[in-house]
Amino acid sequence: MRVLAAMSGGVDSAVAAARAVEAGHDVTGVHLALSAKPGTLRTGSRGCCTVEDSRDARRAADILGIPFYVWDFAERFTEEVVETFVGEYAAGRTPNPCVTCNEKIKFEALLEKAIALGFDAVCTGHYARLSVSDGVPELRRSADDHKDQSYVLASLTPEQLRHAMFPLGDSRKPDVREEAAERGLAVAEKPDSHDICFIPDGDTKKFLENRLGERPGDLVDAETGAVLGKHTGVHGFTVGQRKGLGIDAPAADGKPRYVLSLEPVSGTVKVGSSEELAVSTIDADRAIWPSEQPLSGPTECVVQVRAHGGMAPAVAEADGDAVRMSLREPLTGVAPGQVAVLYRPDAEAGDVVLGSAKIAATA
Amino acid sequence: MTYLDHAATTPMLPDAIAAMSDAMSTVGNASSLHSSGRRARRVVEEAREVVAEALDARPSEVIFTGGGTESDNLAVKGTFWARRDADPARRRILVSAVEHHAVLDAVHWLADHEGAELTWLEVDECGRVRPETLRAAFEQGHDDIALATVMWANNEVGTVNPVAELAAVCAEYEVPLHTDAVQAVGGVDVGFAASGAQALTLTGHKIGGPYGVGALLLDRSATAVPLLHGGGQEREVRSGTLDVPGIHAFATAVRVSVAGRHEVADRMGKLRDDLIAAVRAEVPDAVLNGLPDDSPDRLPGIAHFTFPGCAGDSLLMLLDAKGIECSTGSACTAGVAEPSHVLTAMGADETAARGSLRFSLGHTSTRDDVDALARELRGAVDRARQAGLAGMRKQKQEA
Repeated sequence: MRVLAAMSGGVDSAVAAARAVEAGHDVTGVHLALSAKPGTLRTGSRGCCTVEDSRDARRAADILGIPFYVWDFAERFTEEVVETFVGEYAAGRTPNPCVTCNEKIKFEALLEKAIALGFDAVCTGHYARLSVSDGVPELRRSADDHKDQSYVLASLTPEQLRHAMFPLGDSRKPDVREEAAERGLAVAEKPDSHDICFIPDGDTKKFLENRLGERPGDLVDAETGAVLGKHTGVHGFTVGQRKGLGIDAPAADGKPRYVLSLEPVSGTVKVGSSEELAVSTIDADRAIWPSEQPLSGPTECVVQVRAHGGMAPAVAEADGDAVRMSLREPLTGVAPGQVAVLYRPDAEAGDVVLGSAKIAATA
Repeated sequence: MTYLDHAATTPMLPDAIAAMSDAMSTVGNASSLHSSGRRARRVVEEAREVVAEALDARPSEVIFTGGGTESDNLAVKGTFWARRDADPARRRILVSAVEHHAVLDAVHWLADHEGAELTWLEVDECGRVRPETLRAAFEQGHDDIALATVMWANNEVGTVNPVAELAAVCAEYEVPLHTDAVQAVGGVDVGFAASGAQALTLTGHKIGGPYGVGALLLDRSATAVPLLHGGGQEREVRSGTLDVPGIHAFATAVRVSVAGRHEVADRMGKLRDDLIAAVRAEVPDAVLNGLPDDSPDRLPGIAHFTFPGCAGDSLLMLLDAKGIECSTGSACTAGVAEPSHVLTAMGADETAARGSLRFSLGHTSTRDDVDALARELRGAVDRARQAGLAGMRKQKQEA
């Protein structure tokens, strides 16, 4: 196959590309420049599309002996990922930009370009197991529980998955680092990336304030309706948040208060106790079925509502594009805008992704 | 392999390689006072005379540097500082919008850090600075002008500027003109004295010499504040131990390429015409940028095209995979192909500026190179068109 390896400059995508080469594919490396004004050197907790990352990717490609190019996707990334991220927060939702990037950039804009240019697949360093039999993809959790990225890939369509390649799915991160060192890849010791790549200092609140300005509103007790304080914008809050609410007086019952809901039009942020935060029903829409099998009738599954943690057994039922999940154990911090991913547990070969959908409402 | 990127760098001439190897095996600092030093100094001074003779300059006007970027920076910053020191009112720089980044970034730096004011000289749709544009800039007021800088020939589209006419306008106002002649030397006739320019940049690796060595021709009456301070070499304008082998090879390349320019230009010009005809035959809607193909004011080796609907980086990759090497223009330090500021200045929109490729020929080019391009181009363009402009905003892609 002709394979386009997306190379971020990190260890995972470098080893993934190396494995694609070793499997006999005709591999070309591409580094996506996603930042309109790339910093000259890595800054903050994460380097993303800096000059240094681009150079690291280039050096890895040199070692692998594959052609390498840098493609400018900064405009498309700004439009599809950054502006969506800001817009979602402004609308009182909590987006996951990595999901959007996989869905719209790596496996849409990049994949479409790759296919048009004669490639058969896009290869990345994601930790998830992907197999395709008789043209039907099956996406499972990674062999490395800590690194599993099936959650951020579960929004890919079957057609996208048919052209995806995740050579690290069966591996554990320490083994990948060791392999990188054995292959002479200088990125073997490069630190893992964290946080959101386009907010290198990790200060999401400041980032949003710079773009959205102040949109003052009230902090309201969900039970009594009493105004507890003022805030500078709903985009500063996420459902389930406890810290930084800016309420001086303690609750009457002395218990900590959490953000329960965000109402962008009125600017109201409702807060209440952790009991009120617990949800037992999740309604989601924009369902995607990676293996082209929509749920038929009520289905026992495990639901995951954010990239790390937030899992509960549930019964899910689909109605066209919409999915209702009745949780067998309540979950807290379930934020509209996040993705709910449905898994069929399989301890042996990795939980199977049944589908995913975007959380619209909770009860 | 089909190498169609001679304007980026061209293979070294055998004479230059021989000169370099010879000089590398002898010791001697050209500033030393003993025999070895004198021998090294003699090589440098002979090289200076060779360069001066080839380019109609005086030997004392030849300042050896570390290449085109350094020469451009020395000319622009050094002249700006010297002229401002003589009269603090002189803070304005007249600069064409299509200069190489070595000039563009230098003037931007002066604006950001030294209080320079920039007046941009617009180019016509062919990429040429017209003398009347320059005159109009002077007529806005000229007592505050430190210098003007206009390239001899453009490195992307190959348009040659009327340097002597531009210099004559500058002379009327007693303002020095710097011209970046990096692409022009060896391609067209370049005479320093006859041009009327006060400073002229050239570099080795574009004319069959080594990388990392070039020269600034600086009029004897002109002063420039140095960028590098130290041993006071090169008229105290450019300190640093002289790179004897590099300078020897560079001068050799200047001599050979200038002496042979008519023969090479004739051959390259014919090949370029064939290349243009081949591109048009394979991709009828390809647009040749710069001056019309029959204009005498084109560099003989450059053909620059816009391929509507294609991203330049897609085309470059597809052709590279077929062994054909060309260029999208300039790339940033991360390696991202940037939309060409030259095409933008010529009035092209951003999609056109991103959908362009430069094919450039040189002294080793043959008819086989043109034929290889002709074989592969249509397939590459068809594929690149399907891929479209994936990295840009969706609305721009649909426009």
